[in-house]
Amino acid sequence: MRRLRNISLSLLAAVAFTSLIEAAEIAPGERRSGASFMSVETQAMQNDATANPGMLGVLDGEALWTRKPVAGRACADCHGDASSMRGVAVRYPAFDDKLNRPVDLEQRVNLCRVDHQQLPPLADESRDLLALTALIGRQSQGMPIETGADSRLQAFIDKGRDAFMRRQGQLNLACTNCHDDNWDKRLAGSAITQAHPTGYPVYRLEWQGLGSLKRRLRNCMIGVRAQPYSADAPEMVELELYLMSRARGMASETPAVRP
Amino acid sequence: MASALINVPATARRGDIIEIKTLMSHIMETGFRHTVTGEVIPRNIITNFTCRYNGDEVFRADLFPAFSANPFISFFTVATESGKFEFQWIGDNGFQETASASITVT
Repeated sequence: MRRLRNISLSLLAAVAFTSLIEAAEIAPGERRSGASFMSVETQAMQNDATANPGMLGVLDGEALWTRKPVAGRACADCHGDASSMRGVAVRYPAFDDKLNRPVDLEQRVNLCRVDHQQLPPLADESRDLLALTALIGRQSQGMPIETGADSRLQAFIDKGRDAFMRRQGQLNLACTNCHDDNWDKRLAGSAITQAHPTGYPVYRLEWQGLGSLKRRLRNCMIGVRAQPYSADAPEMVELELYLMSRARGMASETPAVRP
Repeated sequence: MASALINVPATARRGDIIEIKTLMSHIMETGFRHTVTGEVIPRNIITNFTCRYNGDEVFRADLFPAFSANPFISFFTVATESGKFEFQWIGDNGFQETASASITVT
């Protein structure tokens, strides 16, 4: 009896050990952008600034950047030309001193609107918010992602990593089960990618429009039949933060195109 | 807030076949979808696109509900003389947008 228990215990330990190995993160040399999983045609669409539909969002963003609100200042009145935003998007989500927690680029734009422009925040996934983040992101196109360099973020990155590794939903799947363990395979005909958020906001052909990383994450959570986090949930930002820090050093593609 | 992206080569030699690429921002709502409460979302699409080259029509297309949002239209023409390409998109609810691009033919 005792012997049997020992065997089952060591079996349990073996199972736990294998699942630990399986959950190993992708080696830096093996990291790939989601773009490398796309068809040649979709890659060409992304790389041609006059064929990339995400650039329509950037154009809208340029108009918003200089538009003066009834009272107060336009973005351009403080920041100057949008090109001054070069290198900004690749640092987000970044630590906010006042809030004492990380904020993502969408939240930063809205904080700026409320604090400095006396304007109401833009709705999550609204056309204007996506246009502005696409414009700001576009300025850093080709630059390496730097998110997570700030040491104050480490605790939040760890929390995001825990969420990435935690099984959830009716299908009882963790992000890592697909995006670390099975990224070289396909799911219902679509490539399972490595979950490196290198090009957000992306123009997703399936959406026929721009969408944020948060929208993509909600998609995945609904896919495993879990209850998605609400848009401004700190857990959502932590997950975004972990994913961006995971892609540190990879080139930003904003606005990327995805199938 | 409609915006268009146009790609016409800035220069070409007389007789060259040139590619023109256009991308117009539009939601292209099909008219076949319903809201959560069951009401039909009315159709709102671009119905017609034309391109004029120094006043002469060189390309025309009719668009239908099956087109994707932000329709991308690309076509070819022969560079005959320096001048201007004028593009026009016409659609539902009085939608009308124009754009233009210049070419120098040597």
